[in-house]
Amino acid sequence: MVDFIWLVIALPLLGAVGLLFFGRPLARRFGEPGAGWVASATVIASFVIALVAAIDFFRGGGGAEPHRILLFEWIPGLGIDFELLWDPLSALMTLVVTGVGALIHVYSIGYMRGDPGYLRFFSYLNFFVVSMLTLVLGDNFAVLFLGWELVGLSSYLLISFWFEKPPAAAAGKKAFVVNRIGDFGFLVALMMIFVTFGSLNFSEVFEQAPALLSDGGITVTVITLLLLAGAAGKSAQLPLYVWLPDAMEGPTPVSALIHAATMVTAGVYMVARTGVLFELAPVSAAVVATVGAVTALFAATVAVGQRDIKRILAYSTISQLGYMFLGVGVAAYAAGMFHLMTHAFFKSLLFLGAGSVIHAVAGEQSVWKMGGLRRLLPVTYGTMLVGWLAISGIPPLSGFWSKDEILAATYTKGGWYVALWGIGVVTAGLTAFYMSRLIFLTFWGESRWDEGIEPHEAPAVMTRPLIGLAALAAVGGLLNTPWKPVVEHFLEPAFEGMQQASLPEGATPWLLALISIGAALVGILYAYHRYVEATLPDESTAVWSLLEEGYHVDDLYGAALVLPGKRLAEVAAFQADVKVVDGTVNGVGAMVKEAAARLKPLQSGWVRSYGAAILFGAVGVLLILLVRGGGL
Amino acid sequence: MEVTGGWYMALGAVLFCIGAAGMLLRRNALVMFMSIELMLNAVNLSFVAAGNELGVLDGQLAALFVMVVAAAEVTVGLAIIVMVFRKRATASVDELSGMGG
Repeated sequence: MVDFIWLVIALPLLGAVGLLFFGRPLARRFGEPGAGWVASATVIASFVIALVAAIDFFRGGGGAEPHRILLFEWIPGLGIDFELLWDPLSALMTLVVTGVGALIHVYSIGYMRGDPGYLRFFSYLNFFVVSMLTLVLGDNFAVLFLGWELVGLSSYLLISFWFEKPPAAAAGKKAFVVNRIGDFGFLVALMMIFVTFGSLNFSEVFEQAPALLSDGGITVTVITLLLLAGAAGKSAQLPLYVWLPDAMEGPTPVSALIHAATMVTAGVYMVARTGVLFELAPVSAAVVATVGAVTALFAATVAVGQRDIKRILAYSTISQLGYMFLGVGVAAYAAGMFHLMTHAFFKSLLFLGAGSVIHAVAGEQSVWKMGGLRRLLPVTYGTMLVGWLAISGIPPLSGFWSKDEILAATYTKGGWYVALWGIGVVTAGLTAFYMSRLIFLTFWGESRWDEGIEPHEAPAVMTRPLIGLAALAAVGGLLNTPWKPVVEHFLEPAFEGMQQASLPEGATPWLLALISIGAALVGILYAYHRYVEATLPDESTAVWSLLEEGYHVDDLYGAALVLPGKRLAEVAAFQADVKVVDGTVNGVGAMVKEAAARLKPLQSGWVRSYGAAILFGAVGVLLILLVRGGGL
Repeated sequence: MEVTGGWYMALGAVLFCIGAAGMLLRRNALVMFMSIELMLNAVNLSFVAAGNELGVLDGQLAALFVMVVAAAEVTVGLAIIVMVFRKRATASVDELSGMGG
C-alpha cells in the first residue's frame, strides 16, 4: 500500500481538475450535490489509503521504517527529486488533513448549496488538499516549499472566494502578501541549507547537520530563525498573524479546514520536521517557544474582545497555534503534534458549528445579535458544547490532554520556561473565558437576533460531520494519555535520536494539571457570572474597543509599513516609470524621428541625382584604391 | 600604327564616359536607358580586351553574363517606361520625382 501513497495526492488532484473541466455536465447529470460528493469521495478515498498505509506504524517494530517513494526527477542539475516521504510524522499529518478534510468536504455540500461558485469551491477545496499533502509528504525542502507555496495560493483563492465582495478580495490579498514576508525568510533559509549541505533532502541534511554545523553556531541559528519566520507567516504567529482574522471573509468551511485545522499548522509541522536543526540552535528553539507563548496570550486577550463569532475563533486559533509553537519550541514534538491533532478536531468542529449558527440566523455574525439558540439548534448546540469544553481544557476531553502535556513539558525545562508556563496557564484561563463568552452569548439567555429571522437547524449533511468531529474532539485526547501515549509511540521513529522534552515525575504532573484545570474553571465561572447570572454587561468602553481592534496592530502596520509601501509604489509608478523609463524610450524614438527628418531631403526622387551619386561614389572608391594601391 | 590592348581599354573608357554623361544630362528616360546600355557595353569591351591581354577566358565569360543580365534588365525597364509613358504621357524623369522623401 505504501507504494501507492502517491494516490493520496493524485485522487484529490483528479477531483480538482475534473471538477474544473467537467463539473458542469456532472452537476447537470447528478445535481449540484453530486459534484460535491465526487470531491468528497476523492478525499475520503485518500484518507482510507493513508489509514491502510499507516497501519505498520501503529504496529510499531520493524515495519515502522520510513519509506521514500521517488516519483520523478525534478531538478536533476541540483539533485532534487520529486520524492515522497512516508514516515509517522507525515502519516499523522496526512491522516489529519484527509480525515478532517473529508468531514469538511461533506459539510460543504450542504453549506455551499445554491452558491453560484459551487463547483469552483469544491475544485479549490480539492486543490487545497493536494497542496497540503504535497507539503507534508515531500521528502526534501524543495517539495515542502512547493507545497508551502501551493497552500498559500489555495488559501488566497479560497479566502477571496467571494471576490465580488471587496473585503474578501482585500483579505485574500493581505493573506498572500503577509505570507510572502514569511516565505522570503523560508526561501533564504533553504538557500543557506543548500549552500551548507549541498542538498535539500531531509535525510542528507539531518544526518550531516551535527557534523557540519557547530552546536549553537551562527549558521544554524540564522537558518532556524529564518525558518521560524516562514513558519510564523504560515501559522499566523506574532508578528505576522494579522492576515488570519481577516481570512474569515472566506466561506466558513474554508475557515475550518484551512485557517484552523490544517494549513496554519504547516509551520508547526515544519518546525517539528526540522527539529534536528532547532536542537543545534537552542537560542532559536527558545525564540520559537517564546513567540508561541506570547502569541498565545496576546491572541487570547484579543479574542476576549471580539464580537464576530468567526473572529473570536480566528484569534483563538492563533492562540492555540501559539501553544503548538511552545510545544515544539521546548522539543516536546509529540505533544505539539498531538495538540495540532486535537486542535484540528475541536477547532474545525467549532468553526463548522459557527457556520451552522450563522446559517441559522441568516448570515448574522455578531454574538451580540444571537442568544437563546440552544433550543432551536440542538445538534449544533450539543456538538459545540463538546468543542467548548475541549478547547477550555476540561478533562477528559481532548484539549486538556494535549495542552497539559505541552504545559508540563514547558514547566519541566525550568528557568525561563517556567515564566512561559505561567503565560500558558493564564492563556488557558482566558481561553476558557472567551469560549464560554461565545457559548453563553450565542446559545444561552434571551434571543437578540433581528426580527423576521427564524433560526432553524442545519440539514443532516451538515450536522453529521459536526457529530463526527464532536466525537473525535471528545475522545481524541485518550489517544495520548500519560498512561497510554499512543501518539507518542506512533511518532517515535520520526524523532529517533532527537532529544525530546521529558515530562515531570511524581506528583508534579497532577499539580500542574490541577492548576490548569483551575484556571479553566475560573475562566468559565467568571464568564457564567458575567454573561448568564447578571444582566448583559456593556462592552463598548475604551478597554473593550481596544481589545476588539486587536490593540490597533493593523493600524500600526498600516501606518508603519503599508503607507510607506504605497508611497514608494506611487513614486515608482508616477515618477520613476513615467519620467525615467518612459522618458528614455520616448527620447530614443524622438531622436530617430529627428534624424530621419534631417536625412529625408537626400531622397529627392530625382533619378539623375541618384545616378550621379552612384557614379561619383564609384569613382571615389576607385580613386582611393588607386592612391592606396593593392586590392580591396 | 598597331592596335594594342590599350586602345581597346581607352575606347571602353571613352564610351563609358559618354554613357555616364548621357545618363546624367539627358532627361528622356529612353535616352538614359540607351546611355546605360552604352556604359554596360563599354565595360564589356574592357572585359574582353583585358581577358585577351591576359590570355584568360574570364573576361569573355563576364561579358556574356553582363549581356544576359542586360537583356533581362531591358525587358523590365522598357516595360516600365512604356507603362509610365502611357499613364503620364511623358518620359521625362525630372517630372517623375514623386518618390522623393
